[in-house]
Amino acid sequence: MSKSSKIFKYVGKRLLQGVPIIIAIVVINFFLLNLAEGDAVDVLAGEAGSATPEYMEQLRKRFGLDQPLPVQLMVYLKNVLTLDLGYSFRHEMPVNALIFDRFAATGLLMTSTIILAVGFGILLGLLAAMRLNTWKDNVITIFALITYATPLFWVGLMMIVVFSLNLGWFPTSGMTNVAAFYEGWDYVVDVSRHLVLPTITLSLFYLALYTRMMRASMLEQYGQDYVVTARAKGLTERRITYVHVLRNALLPVVTMAGVQVGALIGGSVIVESVFAWPGLGMLAFESLFARDLNLLLGIFLLSSMLVVAVNLIVDIIYCFLDPRIEVS
Amino acid sequence: MTQKLLSINDLSILLPVGADRHYAVQDIGLELHAGETVCVVGESGSGKSLTARAVMGLLPAPHVRVDKGEIVFGGEDITKVGYERLRGLRGSEISMIFQEPMTALNPVMTIGDQIDEIFRYHVSMSAKERVEKALSLLVDVNLPDPAKIIDAYPHELSGGQRQRSMIAMALALGPKILIADEPTTALDVTTQAQILQLIKDMQKRLDTGVLFITHDFGVVADIADRVVVMQDGKIVETGTAKQVLQTPKHPYTKSLIAAIPRLKPRKARSRAAEVVLTTEGVCKSFGGGISFFGLGRANREVKAVQNVQIELRRGETLGVVGESGSGKSTLARCVIRLIDSDEGKIKLGDVDITKLSRNELRPHRKRVQMVFQDPFASLNPRIRVGEIISQGPILQGVDQEDASKRTYELLDIVGLDRRSFDRFPHEFSGGQRQRIGIARALSLKPDILVADEPVSALDVSIQAQILELLDDIRAQMDLSMLFITHDLRVAAQVCDYVAVMQSGKIVEMGPTAELFAKPKDVYTQSLLAAVPGKDWHFSELKI
Repeated sequence: MSKSSKIFKYVGKRLLQGVPIIIAIVVINFFLLNLAEGDAVDVLAGEAGSATPEYMEQLRKRFGLDQPLPVQLMVYLKNVLTLDLGYSFRHEMPVNALIFDRFAATGLLMTSTIILAVGFGILLGLLAAMRLNTWKDNVITIFALITYATPLFWVGLMMIVVFSLNLGWFPTSGMTNVAAFYEGWDYVVDVSRHLVLPTITLSLFYLALYTRMMRASMLEQYGQDYVVTARAKGLTERRITYVHVLRNALLPVVTMAGVQVGALIGGSVIVESVFAWPGLGMLAFESLFARDLNLLLGIFLLSSMLVVAVNLIVDIIYCFLDPRIEVS
Repeated sequence: MTQKLLSINDLSILLPVGADRHYAVQDIGLELHAGETVCVVGESGSGKSLTARAVMGLLPAPHVRVDKGEIVFGGEDITKVGYERLRGLRGSEISMIFQEPMTALNPVMTIGDQIDEIFRYHVSMSAKERVEKALSLLVDVNLPDPAKIIDAYPHELSGGQRQRSMIAMALALGPKILIADEPTTALDVTTQAQILQLIKDMQKRLDTGVLFITHDFGVVADIADRVVVMQDGKIVETGTAKQVLQTPKHPYTKSLIAAIPRLKPRKARSRAAEVVLTTEGVCKSFGGGISFFGLGRANREVKAVQNVQIELRRGETLGVVGESGSGKSTLARCVIRLIDSDEGKIKLGDVDITKLSRNELRPHRKRVQMVFQDPFASLNPRIRVGEIISQGPILQGVDQEDASKRTYELLDIVGLDRRSFDRFPHEFSGGQRQRIGIARALSLKPDILVADEPVSALDVSIQAQILELLDDIRAQMDLSMLFITHDLRVAAQVCDYVAVMQSGKIVEMGPTAELFAKPKDVYTQSLLAAVPGKDWHFSELKI
């Protein structure tokens, strides 16, 4: 069987395996969220200021919240299977429309973060390992150590203070300049300028992590026997570093990056709140306080699907990077 | 006199401060001529590998460096030439092959790419020429289906095929000198014989000078023209192969040669009547996973042990010999139930232990104990030796004081100082650690000792001591031993009975002397024919 058809089959198998996993996640999330005190009706009534118990009962009945939990779960599962994630009472919009709208913003933030963190992490790690025990290595190692230890939200706030308020280089918050109504290329530039600070903030921690990993991984690979063989073959140090060592050193970093995409969504809640980035993280944060369970469940479902998909992609990349891994 | 290729004069290599000695290599001198094989022999730590590395300019700088002396190749002193010149020499004029072809090859590059690099960095050839040259090299080293191997990754080849690829790589540009650093140590005995033959053939064709590093005098006897014996960084004896092997002068050389296990079977002894271990039709396979929704392909199944029958009587040693992958270790693990066999019966005396539950098995556990191959990995580095040895009896219900007393006795028996009790395993050498491993196995007063390659990680002189110790203990305690080994010479020395395994099956079994004298099975014959140094008659030796 050729490699491509093998991979095709493997993807199909993994996607099928993903289905029960995602259903299990939905069920667990459903019960977990229902453990929290209060529901959407309590919040709505509280905000309205005055609501009679009868009115609240009526609302609950309308939302289907008066049914026993297992029934609610079954109804929800049935809806999910028909790709209907329900209705957000808070935003008065279908959950589908709401999260796909916001997903684009989060997707953009995550993609740029991963590219920045993995790309620069690998570069810095490589540089540090090649210039071992010189000032470059020391600077990179200390930078990685400090950013690794700094809390995310504080970095975000300081970024705003320094680069937005004092220097005025980048906007403080949001994704677009609402008042400007840019179109075409101007719009792209506007979004990119808004994207800079959140991306840097979110990626710093991971950047530090990948830098450290890449450095350690390079050093480990330099000690392997095949490097001695390569030297004995009379190859240049350049060739040894960029062709022999680099590819082997990338393997653990790629694995780690794949695992952390899930964690990135968690990190984006903080960053999106700090920069008022209109993404899933912020939406999740708001809906939690509004007890907007339908919306929250929808976000969780989407995130879990994302994690399953990303893991699959990483596994496929890995099998191209490392010929020893065989898909089966 | 043939052309002199290499001469090492008064070479000293400095070790980093704080190492157990000042020099790795001290004031050594040797010469290598075209078409000649010089074997550098010595035990671990003798400095033989560093000598080889120094010739390539591959010392692990900056910690280990040449202190004084010169290595002259083609009128140039290699220790003084610049980096670019050195790089130009490596791979084209002087090449090297290594012990472990799996780790010495880059796992994520194809064999073809790894050969191709040598051409790209030393000569200018078109891509098409390079591929053709690589293919013809692979043909030269007798690899089957070179067109397929050129696109294969190292893990897709067998150990022997990998070492052949390494040799192809090393000989790509017809170097004047080939340095071989224990190139056959990690290989099976039949593969070893083939690789040695290949090196000899290639050497004849290219008139290469071969500097061959080894610890195995059998290999020396097979290929050396001249021999250099090293001990603690110094050369203690040099001479032609015949001189050194038959009339060694230095006491160290004599002791090394005396320590080599002979391929001469021990005398047959009368068998005891009591049977301590029998296996009937034991089978074990690995793999064969369950597919998911019928989508995944079931994994390929490996039948590691197939229908094995053995019988071990009290006081005797049964050797199980075979090459890697023959299933001998799996059999050992089944016998002590570290893994469960799929089918068949394993009886300790009259008790079939295959069906016993964990709790039911516990009282029988102590009757079979195991000595492992790697004395470094098999002892917990965080536990003191005394506790390692006494743990077993204490778990079996012996009280602390008795267990300690017994531990001291055992330390005496295996020839370790009583003060070892409070030390950690890393404070001991390989041979001493293996003694600890043996004491641990003996602490439960077993009837049967299962020894899985107990000496293959040890130097030859230590190996002889451990084999002697095991034999003494077996006689003293009336133990039975199941002795797993790949080395027929070791088997000849310690086993009363030998079972030869191939692909999970026992192909031949019989008393050692009989089996070695008249092997019936073709596989046994090929194993015996491949033993290095078999033509070298020890009887001519006067020690």
